[in-house]
Amino acid sequence: MSRRWFVRRRVGFGVRPVTWQGWAITAVALGLMVVALLVVRRPLGAPSVLVIAAVYVAVGYATGGRSRPGASPAPPESSGLPARGTPDAPTPVAPATLARVAREATSRAGDLAGRDAAIEVVGLTKCFGERDAFRDVSFRVAVGEVFGFLGPNGAGKTTLVRTLSTLLAPTSGSATVAGLSLGEDHGEAIRQRIAVMTESPGLYGRLSVRENLEFFAGLYQMSDARVRIDRALESVNLAGRAGDPCASLSKGLRQRVGLARTLLNDPAIIFLDEPTSGLDPVATREVLELIGGLRERGVTIFLTTHRLDEAERLCDRVAILNTTLRIVGDTDELRRQLFERSLEVATATPLADPAALFTAIPGVGSWRASGDGRYVLETTEPRETAPRVARALVAAGADVESLAESRHSLEDVYLQLIDDDTGVSA
Amino acid sequence: MTSLSGARIRAVLVKEFRQYRRNKFILYTMVVLPVLFLVAPITTILNLPSTAPEVRVRAAVGSIFLLMLLIPVIVPVAISAYSVIGERDQGTLEPVLTTPIRREELVLGKALASIIPGVALSYLLFAVIMTVLRVVGHPNVVHALWQGSWLVAEVLFAPLLAAWSTWIGTAISARSSDVRVAQQLGTLASLPALAVTSLMTFQVLSPTVPVALIVAGVLVVIDVAALRVVSRLFDRERLITGARATRAAAPPPHDS
Ligand SMILES: Nc1ncnc2c1ncn2[C@@H]1O[C@H](COP(=O)(O)OP(=O)(O)O)[C@@H](O)[C@H]1O
Ligand SMILES: [Mg+2]
Repeated sequence: MSRRWFVRRRVGFGVRPVTWQGWAITAVALGLMVVALLVVRRPLGAPSVLVIAAVYVAVGYATGGRSRPGASPAPPESSGLPARGTPDAPTPVAPATLARVAREATSRAGDLAGRDAAIEVVGLTKCFGERDAFRDVSFRVAVGEVFGFLGPNGAGKTTLVRTLSTLLAPTSGSATVAGLSLGEDHGEAIRQRIAVMTESPGLYGRLSVRENLEFFAGLYQMSDARVRIDRALESVNLAGRAGDPCASLSKGLRQRVGLARTLLNDPAIIFLDEPTSGLDPVATREVLELIGGLRERGVTIFLTTHRLDEAERLCDRVAILNTTLRIVGDTDELRRQLFERSLEVATATPLADPAALFTAIPGVGSWRASGDGRYVLETTEPRETAPRVARALVAAGADVESLAESRHSLEDVYLQLIDDDTGVSA
Repeated sequence: MTSLSGARIRAVLVKEFRQYRRNKFILYTMVVLPVLFLVAPITTILNLPSTAPEVRVRAAVGSIFLLMLLIPVIVPVAISAYSVIGERDQGTLEPVLTTPIRREELVLGKALASIIPGVALSYLLFAVIMTVLRVVGHPNVVHALWQGSWLVAEVLFAPLLAAWSTWIGTAISARSSDVRVAQQLGTLASLPALAVTSLMTFQVLSPTVPVALIVAGVLVVIDVAALRVVSRLFDRERLITGARATRAAAPPPHDS
């Protein structure tokens, strides 16, 4: 038997131990074995010694063999693109089926419509020992809203989702989820009404797509599991892959299975923790389309992401979190709140005396040059100021190439907030 | 405690069995162990000279039982030590915890999935060995073998020992960060349960039916207590923020 064979199988009780525990186990097990042999040799003779040795090997084999019996090695995912040759070509999402599932998914959300917010959080804090994962967070999510939680890595997004989905108990503060308050004995009832897509989809690689969903249908005690699974698979356009083992799916497809799983129990609220992280652009678009489809029918969606474009595109409102909540608002509102509006002026040739020209115009707060013949004017009322600027420029004989109100992307807002240590009140 | 859901326990059980069926390592173990455990004792006994003193025959027969009772210790501990840490590594534990399943249901489903194969294998081997020796064994051996107390001991102890090593394996699995260490620690920790049976095997305690029943009773008490303790370990927050979860929560490298 080569050394390689040992490395691969790790036969033996602590053979090739890698940790101090491994060494300790090896020492104790060998000791026990020697004692056992000495005790048994006398009354039973040589065959029993063989038996005990065999048992030792068997135990070593059972416990020290390849380190993780159930785990399937994740298929390599270097690029996130579907592997060449696999029938993994993006399949368009069927809008009709999506709409139907979404409609059904919201039937429960509808029950809540006349009542409180889907999620209401007041002063929520979660600490791990000394470290705050998030602190004093308050916000409200209306029924049917798509609410985005933006924040850099380590901002506390996952911890917040886990807290709201009753996996972690908050350190202080209170929250109501789907009409039930956290912390009282509502854990099971809340979990019945929500669905969570965790950061990694968490599928059993050895089981087929359908078997994975069957397991979860069982956990929700569904009597009509088959129908629901078919429907969920159809809605994420995976009906054709139902029999495939999950380990063979690309990351994008696995994410879709995860999404199908959240549809099983017709949740009132769906939590999606970074649903597109690590996906290629095509898979990202598909997942976003699926989420958008749910939005159209009004199921409440709580989405975390560190991607701004995603939040901007999908969400009715966004909150920005970096341990503390920096701001909550709809995307346009955020831009308005954070930035003085500005006008961008471009002329064919640089102005001779821009300072004299711009400071003379009423409504222009300040100005700066941003390049050759490029100027940025700060103003509170761009609509009124712009015509004046145009007239002044023409009067000064400048050739105006363009005059436009500048639009900040949410990214500017985001970066400013993340950098801003003091935080901005919502 | 309101009643547990049989449907959810069954769902866990079915899922686990489906995974075993696709798992070469587990299937392999289930074949290799029985072969080893069948061949060794049968050769031992068949090699006994027909003039062997009664003490030796009884000791040899006792060693068969020890082997039969090793199976319900080894198999469940190997499976259960993997059960929690393995799912945590795969990332499958958290989605399960977001469903309405109760911790006792999860514990029971997982426990049954490791107890059942251990006990089934043990019973099966026991039946085969008894039959084989009955047919080919020396009358001395047959006499020593077919005693009520051994039968009682096997039938009662197999599930109780399996439960014991399952609780140990599960508890270690819920708190540890490495699958292999969990499995090896688990096996060591469950060996003391075998001490009592060894005493009976090597004639320190005489294997009478009352003794077997008393030992079984003690094992029952231990198992019930262990179920309580292990269920407490299955608190959602504890499972998620275990040693491993902290590490996983470290900021991943920026990917954009
Ligand atoms: N189980 C844990 N134990 C200790 N600290 C944790 C644990 N989980 C998360 N944290 C810490 O809490 C902070 C927020 O983490 P997380 O919620 O995962 O952030 P995000 O999902 O926004 O990237 C991080 O500083 C992280 O290290
Ligand atoms: Mg996260």
